[in-house]
This record gives sequence, structure tokens and C-alpha cells, in this order.
Amino acid sequence: MSLAARRESDEAAATAPSLSERRRRTDKMLRIGLPLVVLAAFVALWDAIVVINAIPTYILPRPWLVLATIVNDWAILGPSLFNTLAITLLALALATVGGVLLAIALTQSRVVEYSFFPIAVVLQVTPIVAIFPLINIYVENDLAKILLCAWIVAFFPILSNTTLGLNSADHNLRDLYRLYGASRWQTLRYLRLPAAMPYFLGGLRIAGGLALIGAVVAEFVAGASGFGTGLASRIIESGYRLNIPRLFAALLLISASGIVIYVLLSLLSNRILGKWHESATRR
Amino acid sequence: MLNASPAESAEAIVSLDGVGKTFDNGTRALAGVDLRIGRGEFLSLLGPSGCGKSTILRLIAGLDEPTEGTITWHDRATGRAAQRERNVGFVFQEPTLMPWATVFDNAWLPLRLKGMTRSSAEAQIMTALESVGLADFRNAYPRELSGGMKMRVSIARALATDPSILLMDEPFAALDEITRFRLNDDLLRLWADKGWTVVFVTHSVFESVYLSARIAVMTNRPGRIAADIVVDEPFPRTEAFRTSPKNGEIARITSEALHRAMGE
Ligand SMILES: Nc1ncnc2c1ncn2[C@@H]1O[C@H](COP(=O)(O)OP(=O)(O)OP(=O)(O)O)[C@@H](O)[C@H]1O
Ligand SMILES: [Mg+2]
Repeated sequence: MSLAARRESDEAAATAPSLSERRRRTDKMLRIGLPLVVLAAFVALWDAIVVINAIPTYILPRPWLVLATIVNDWAILGPSLFNTLAITLLALALATVGGVLLAIALTQSRVVEYSFFPIAVVLQVTPIVAIFPLINIYVENDLAKILLCAWIVAFFPILSNTTLGLNSADHNLRDLYRLYGASRWQTLRYLRLPAAMPYFLGGLRIAGGLALIGAVVAEFVAGASGFGTGLASRIIESGYRLNIPRLFAALLLISASGIVIYVLLSLLSNRILGKWHESATRR
Repeated sequence: MLNASPAESAEAIVSLDGVGKTFDNGTRALAGVDLRIGRGEFLSLLGPSGCGKSTILRLIAGLDEPTEGTITWHDRATGRAAQRERNVGFVFQEPTLMPWATVFDNAWLPLRLKGMTRSSAEAQIMTALESVGLADFRNAYPRELSGGMKMRVSIARALATDPSILLMDEPFAALDEITRFRLNDDLLRLWADKGWTVVFVTHSVFESVYLSARIAVMTNRPGRIAADIVVDEPFPRTEAFRTSPKNGEIARITSEALHRAMGE
């Protein structure tokens, strides 16, 4: 870029803030507004289809009825929602602790990593929900079996992402640590864990969604034999009784839970990486 | 002035004898490097790109092992303890900063690893940051800095350790001339004050002449020392030396030696 051209662009930059600021605000409004418009159109279409075709409530309820059911049946749906969320969050917490600790153990020695990491990868790419019926047979306690299923699907993304992250520290930085005589613990604490953070948080976001899926699917599997108390059991039960509005209400609550978990984990991620990582910074 | 078997009198801190380095992929980076580094000396390594300058520094720092020859430290320390005792400072060719840490925390790292707390290291670190003109940026993150500023943080990090031998890999290559000249002078002043040994890698003939007591000129890959030039201008050196005929004369000799070395 020639000097003159650079000066020109500097001047442009000096007058730009209001313009770019306005553009950014419009962009933000569009980002929030457009999906809402699409959603509203979808709900309106749903309602119109039900009304025009006179579809009975036990096949497809009108949207407002679903919302009303959430309120009216809260005495039943509320505790179920709480149970599903409790299992999801507990499974996620245990998966985080287990996944991170195991990743640290794996990356402490090459022999250990070479021995176990491929197995972890194989387990991750196996659709692990397929072993739920087995867990259902082996584990007696209803709560424990659902928790175990939710945990197992949340565990692997955290393990593999954190392991990748721990190994991703820049080689020159590792040399620097070696040069200044860092102990193993110091290298882990000050270099490898921070370097792994973006990877771990990515894994955590995936695991949050999977833990919820695990909790729901496990309840479907267990529901046939034992008694379930989460939203998934409400869905099955409502299906048997043709209480379709309640089925939709439970479905809506599950999907809302998934959204809330994802948003919270994204906020956490942005908050932690905010200042330094490319994924969280804006230009 | 040329090839006057320099630093013969000064006690050596480390010497390289017939050092060669062949990488795993078969690249032969160094062959038959003989180099004696005097205690308290300011030595520049000058050579074409890819001739193995960075490799020599890594070998001296113990970050890599030579495949031929030996590197001898002339001290009593051995093993892991030696590494700490020798107190080697290293400025890598890239800034090599931790993106998640502030400027201050990056500069604190070597001292932190030695067990110094933030408050006990603060004075030392701020002095180092001031000497590279970045005291005001102590709370900035690396991504908020320009390339040259990052490099200056990296220099401050090495300075803060008060190293007994300082290895610098083209530390000023990314800086504008005025900043470079200022840092040249600051480095010389610190070197004289603290009695460090400095091994300084550069592409610039003028920079090497201005700074060094001795210049080792290297050949193309596989690199070895082709010429050893003593710059017998007393320290402290000033702006006047930069523009003096003597400087021009030594630069001419050095430049010729470099051309010859690259032709070999
Ligand atoms: N880890 C490595 N594996 C294989 N080859 C390497 C490695 N590091 C360096 N080399 C090779 O060794 C040679 C010397 O590299 P080195 O980085 O020491 O050069 P240099 O003199 O510092 O160059 P520059 O001035 O461009 O920084 C180069 O040809 C390079 O390709
Ligand atoms: Mg180099």
C-alpha cells in the first residue's frame, strides 16, 4: 500500500466509527430479528393448518394449547423437567471432571497415551447409545442407569478434545518452558491447561447437548422396564394416553432446555476466552 | 583485524568443537562448526537465511542435541542443575508469547518458573518492560500488540531474568530503524553493566558491526564458521561510530567475507 493510500484509509477509519457502529447494530438486529420472524411464521402456519383442516387436538394441537398445557400441567411437567435437568447437569459435571482428569493422565506419558487414546477414539465413534439396553440390564438402580448413560455420551467429546488441546501447546513455548527449567506441574498448570482451554470448551459445548440427549434416550430405554420420572417418561406416557398437547409441551421443554444449556455454555466459553482466543474476539 | 584468533585471552564460557547437526528428515544444517564463546563477549552470528544460525543457538541452549562433535560448558555444573545455574536467556526468532497471558505475565514467566511471586518480581519486570518501551502496555494481551511490540515483550522477558548468557535470534528484525537503534544502544548498555555474554544472530552486516566485539560469518547450508572478524572499536559505542569511516571499513570487510562465505 502506498503512503498516500494508507493516509487516505486512515482518514476513512477516523470517520468510520459511527458508520461501522450503525452497521453492526443493524447486523445484530437482523441476527436476532430474522429467526424470530421465521419462527413466528412457522407457528402461524402450524395454527392455520390445524384450523383450516380441522385437525383434532389428539393428533395435532394448536400452538397456544401447547403453551397452555405447560402452565396447566406444571404440577406434573415441572418436577419432570427438574429431574431431566438435574440428571443432565450432574452427568455433564461428572463427565467434565472425569474427561479432564483422564486427558491429563493420558498426556503425561507417551506410552500411556499411545496405549489408551486409540481405544477412547474407537469408543467415541461407536454410537454409544447402542449399549444403553445393556446398561439397562446390568444396572439395577433407575437413577444410576440413566445417569450412567448420560455420562457416557458426554464423557468422550470432553476427553478427546481436552487431550487434543493439551498436546496443542506451541513447540517454541514448550522449549521456552524447558529452557527455564519448568517442572512437569508448572508446564501443565501454566502452559498446557491454558492452551487446552479452547478445545476443552468446544468439547464441553458438544457434551452439554449430548448429556441431554443421553438423559432422554436412556429414559426411553429404561422407561419400558422401570419407572421414569423425567420428561422423556412424560412423552411416552402421554403418547400411550393420546394426551398429545402434553406430549408437545414436554417436547418443547426438552428443546428449551437444550437451547438454554447451549447458550449458557457459549457464554461461559466467551467469558473465559474473551480476551485472547480468536474464536471469542471480534474485529 | 581479520582472523586474529579472537578472545583467545578471555576465558571461554562455552565452546563448540566440530559440531554438526543432521535433522531426522535428512537435512544437514550444520557441519564442522568450531566456535569458542568468551565469557562476557558480544558475539554476532552472521549468515544467509537457512544456514543454521537458529540451529546453533538451540544447540547452545541445550534445546537440541548435536549429531556430531561436542559442546563444552566451562563450568562445573552438570545435569539438570546446570541448566538452572547457567541461566541461559533466549529470545526466539518468533515472539513466542502465551496468548492467554498479559504482557506483564508473559515477561514474568521465567521468574515465575523459578518460584518468584508476582510482587517480588514486579520491579525487575517493570524495569525490563520500560527498557523496551512497553511499561504502559503491561495489561495488554499479545493479540492487541503489533508484531514489533510482541518481539519487544519477548526481549523484555529474556532481559528480566538477568541471564549470564543471552542468546538472541534476530530480535530486532521486525522493528523500524529508530527503535532498532535505540534497542541496540540499550542492549549494549545492559551488556556492559551486567557483564552478560551475548550471542546475537542477525542478517544485517551493519547491525553486527555496530554491536559486536566479534562477528562469526557462516557459510551456506550446511553451515560452518567461514570467517571470524574482530571489531576492535572500544565500547561504549555511540552514534558517531555508526557513521564513522572505520565502521564503513569494517562493514566492507564483513560484507566481503559474507559474500565469500556464500560463494563457497
Ligand atoms: N526441526 C527441523 N527439522 C528439519 N529441518 C530443520 C529443522 N529446523 C531447521 N531445519 C533446517 O535446517 C536449516 C537451518 O535452519 P535454521 O533455522 O537454523 O536457519 P537460520 O540460519 O536460522 O535461517 P534464518 O536466517 O532464515 O532464520 C534449514 O535448511 C532448515 O530447513
Ligand atoms: Mg533463524
